[in-house]
Amino acid sequence: MANKYVGQRVKRTEDPRLIKGLAHYVDDIRLPDTLHVSFVRSIYAHARINSIDTTEALKAPGVVVVYTGKDIAEKIGPVPCASALPGLKVPDYRVLAQDKAYFVGHPIAAVVATDTYAARDAVDLVMVDYEDLPAVVDVEAAAEGGPVIYEDFGDNIAYKLTAGEGDIEAALGSADRVLKQRIVHQRLAPIAMEGRGVLARYFPGEAELTVWSSTQIPHLLRTQLALMIGFPENKLRVITPEVGGGFGSKLNVYAEEALLGWISMQLNKPVKWIETRRENIQATIHGRGQVGYVEIGCMNDGALTGLRYNVFADLGAYHQLLTPAIPTLTGLMLSGAYKIPAIQINVTACFTNKMATDAYRGAGRPEATYVVERALDLVAAELGIDAAEVRRRNFPAPNEFPFHTATGLEYDSGDYETALNNAQAMIGYSKLREEQKQARDEGRLIGIGISTYVEICALGPSQAMPAGGWESATVRIEPTGKVTVLTGASPHGQGQETSFAQIAADELGVDLNDVTVIHGDTGIVQYGIGTFGSRATAVGGTAMLIAIQKLKEKAHKIAAHMLKCEASNLAFEGGRYSMQAAKAAAAGGTSDPVVPVGEAPGGALPEPHTEGKSSLTIQDIALAAHIAKDLPPDTEPGLSATYFFEPKNFTFPFGTHICAVEIDRETGDLKFLRYVAVDDCGKVINPMLVDGQLHGGIVQSIGQALYEEVVYDEQGQLVTGTLMDYAVPRASQIPWLELDRTETPSPVNPLGVKGVGEAGTIGATPAIVGAIVDALAPFGVKHLDMPVKPEAIWKIVNA
Amino acid sequence: MKTAISVDVNGVSHENEVEPRLLLVHYLRDILGLTGTHIGCETSLCGACTVFIDGQAVKSCTMFAVQANGSSVTTIEGLATNGELHPVQEGFWERHGLQCGYCTPGMIIAAAQILERNPQPTREEIRHGLDGNLCRCTGYQHIVEAVEYAAKKAAG
Repeated sequence: MANKYVGQRVKRTEDPRLIKGLAHYVDDIRLPDTLHVSFVRSIYAHARINSIDTTEALKAPGVVVVYTGKDIAEKIGPVPCASALPGLKVPDYRVLAQDKAYFVGHPIAAVVATDTYAARDAVDLVMVDYEDLPAVVDVEAAAEGGPVIYEDFGDNIAYKLTAGEGDIEAALGSADRVLKQRIVHQRLAPIAMEGRGVLARYFPGEAELTVWSSTQIPHLLRTQLALMIGFPENKLRVITPEVGGGFGSKLNVYAEEALLGWISMQLNKPVKWIETRRENIQATIHGRGQVGYVEIGCMNDGALTGLRYNVFADLGAYHQLLTPAIPTLTGLMLSGAYKIPAIQINVTACFTNKMATDAYRGAGRPEATYVVERALDLVAAELGIDAAEVRRRNFPAPNEFPFHTATGLEYDSGDYETALNNAQAMIGYSKLREEQKQARDEGRLIGIGISTYVEICALGPSQAMPAGGWESATVRIEPTGKVTVLTGASPHGQGQETSFAQIAADELGVDLNDVTVIHGDTGIVQYGIGTFGSRATAVGGTAMLIAIQKLKEKAHKIAAHMLKCEASNLAFEGGRYSMQAAKAAAAGGTSDPVVPVGEAPGGALPEPHTEGKSSLTIQDIALAAHIAKDLPPDTEPGLSATYFFEPKNFTFPFGTHICAVEIDRETGDLKFLRYVAVDDCGKVINPMLVDGQLHGGIVQSIGQALYEEVVYDEQGQLVTGTLMDYAVPRASQIPWLELDRTETPSPVNPLGVKGVGEAGTIGATPAIVGAIVDALAPFGVKHLDMPVKPEAIWKIVNA
Repeated sequence: MKTAISVDVNGVSHENEVEPRLLLVHYLRDILGLTGTHIGCETSLCGACTVFIDGQAVKSCTMFAVQANGSSVTTIEGLATNGELHPVQEGFWERHGLQCGYCTPGMIIAAAQILERNPQPTREEIRHGLDGNLCRCTGYQHIVEAVEYAAKKAAG
């Protein structure tokens, strides 16, 4: 069938409400008599709480109640962690601190008042008597000994894990060269522009609880909240209204979500908490936070023999939903886009007195890609082989897919060399290298960085996931012919109300505007998993596609019944089941002229109730299916279908990013000369949305490479607690991004899509840092840690 | 202790008694119910709360409602005229200048201000003009294109 919408730059159906200021994020939902919550949070990284005095706070105007840890200790269960690793130590993480505070921002008391100003005023009146304890801040020091955060555990090591295939000792031992490098992946804050927010309303008559939360996982949240507060899941409704960005930070179950639900039940009133930016940087999950040591073995021709990565993962004080799992994703992706016969990862995951790390856009894969790509650059520099060439020599060829890695994965499909060739052609690579050489002779510092990444998307088969890797969809055609799609995915900016409608409209032959995609309401949508891991289209879109196919099978039978013909005499084209289309198909695609009514060939037509038709739209059929007066025997009335799709594998998008930078010798600042990316995310549904995902991801990479870092001082105090100190990239700091793509369909799903949500944050950082290192190669620089600030560069240039 | 203020918002005049410490953004959102103006940081660093006050783009989280007394405020809800989108709004839709949409109202107001001051800006001028507004989704490129679209459209 010809696609009218799929593959086109269709404008988003989400946008009108957003550009007019008429959308509803959590804080835009107004319920009468709502009470407001503000939190007392620990000002120390590690402290014993001797006492909490709420007397003055309770006297303050507008204050209704103040809850502390002892109020909830027996009432609300611990914040959940979904990953189960062998030997994993799991601290008891209560929604309000009990006897100790474990990080700056740790919630200690919840003040409930009639408005936010009153609540915040009263927070300052809660007197907490702290006894400051030694803080564990540095992850490597945490592993070695010193103060122990959880005395019962004996040390600060949450788990150790070794994984990988092949004989790593032999692989490194037989290599012509073995190169080593310490690599830091600094902590990052996701900084969704809308922070977290919760509104909870208990309905005492109905004994129902509704929780509006800015989350990426409404159904998983509902299940976990039901368990935490001991509330029947079928009376609990989670609604995800408009969500102002997530980037993984809202792929979680947070203390505040459970607490607000519980407080609403205690007070029989709606209660609301809207996170401030300070709270967001203190107490919403961070990303990255690894310090690792890579060893890579190679032969003199550049062929890789083995890679070992010993990594210390800074988990923070507690496990959030997926905290311990993130370093394991790093381990899975250590083969990068290369044939490496032996790979080993050794993870030492440690508790520190900081906010938990968890899934921030890329979630373990940017770390892996950065390690592998930096290692390839070391090999190139050591052997004097061009950085592009050393990569090319180690690619698996397209006919080697599915490609088995020594990390235990099966890459689905790929053509890495074409992406590299195209990117080199786009940027004019050989000419650029010549210009670089000439510039160096003139004393200018130009560098070129390359990243040929592969990532893992479409998370994922349930076997490989902590709690379900499938996705669900229901597709209905309403009696009036309008199409309703209910997806278990939970988009929050990605534009799937549009891209899913594109797929549905093409498959059903209806107008795009006749399709509505509903998501993020557990009272309406069947159970789903949610949006993360670049999975929504590859897994959720596929669930929708198969639901549509099921719906069409039924519609086809009803059409044959209504038209009094064999189903085989009907074909679906352009939204219609018609005999002409079937004949055309039988005649090898040549389209017959439409047969005038009454002149139809013998016997089958016309019958009165089909009103002389030889074709029916799927919308006609939907009406008949609902009226249900004349359906084929044993046919259920209505026209809807539900499908839960379980993927058999992950998908593996890939691509090449190349950037060129020039360093200012006087200031150490750099400017981008070019940024070129050729990405392959499989089949593309909407090129405009794909470009948008890549732009956003690449810019978050630029943030990591050059600007962003969550800094805690040696006492565990958060130094970068505002957007003044935590440097999110601004418009003028970003170069023009030149994008192109190749399209290698994934065999894992019938749409052929792979996913694109995280490619930019995974692929770009090594290219940027690689370019800076390349520019500084004349100074003997082999590696620099992120964020690479002008100060560090200046010191090298002016040493 | 409340103070009486009179503010024209999107062409409608409002008389209210407010606490002197009430921020303008809270006045717009909580008293007038105009929730299109968002709060992203409360420290005037992100620009999500940007509105026009007497024709100047201002971050409404860092101004008291009482300071707007006697002023004329335009929020995102008041930007379209007679149901027709402002060219910048149209540009954002046409060029995919938004993803999650949270920074968008402030971004659109800031972009409209750029074009009022400089109807045909270069890409570099657009980027510098947007530096007071953070977007975490788009990487800014489509926003720059959206502003270019609006500039071109306004030029006819």
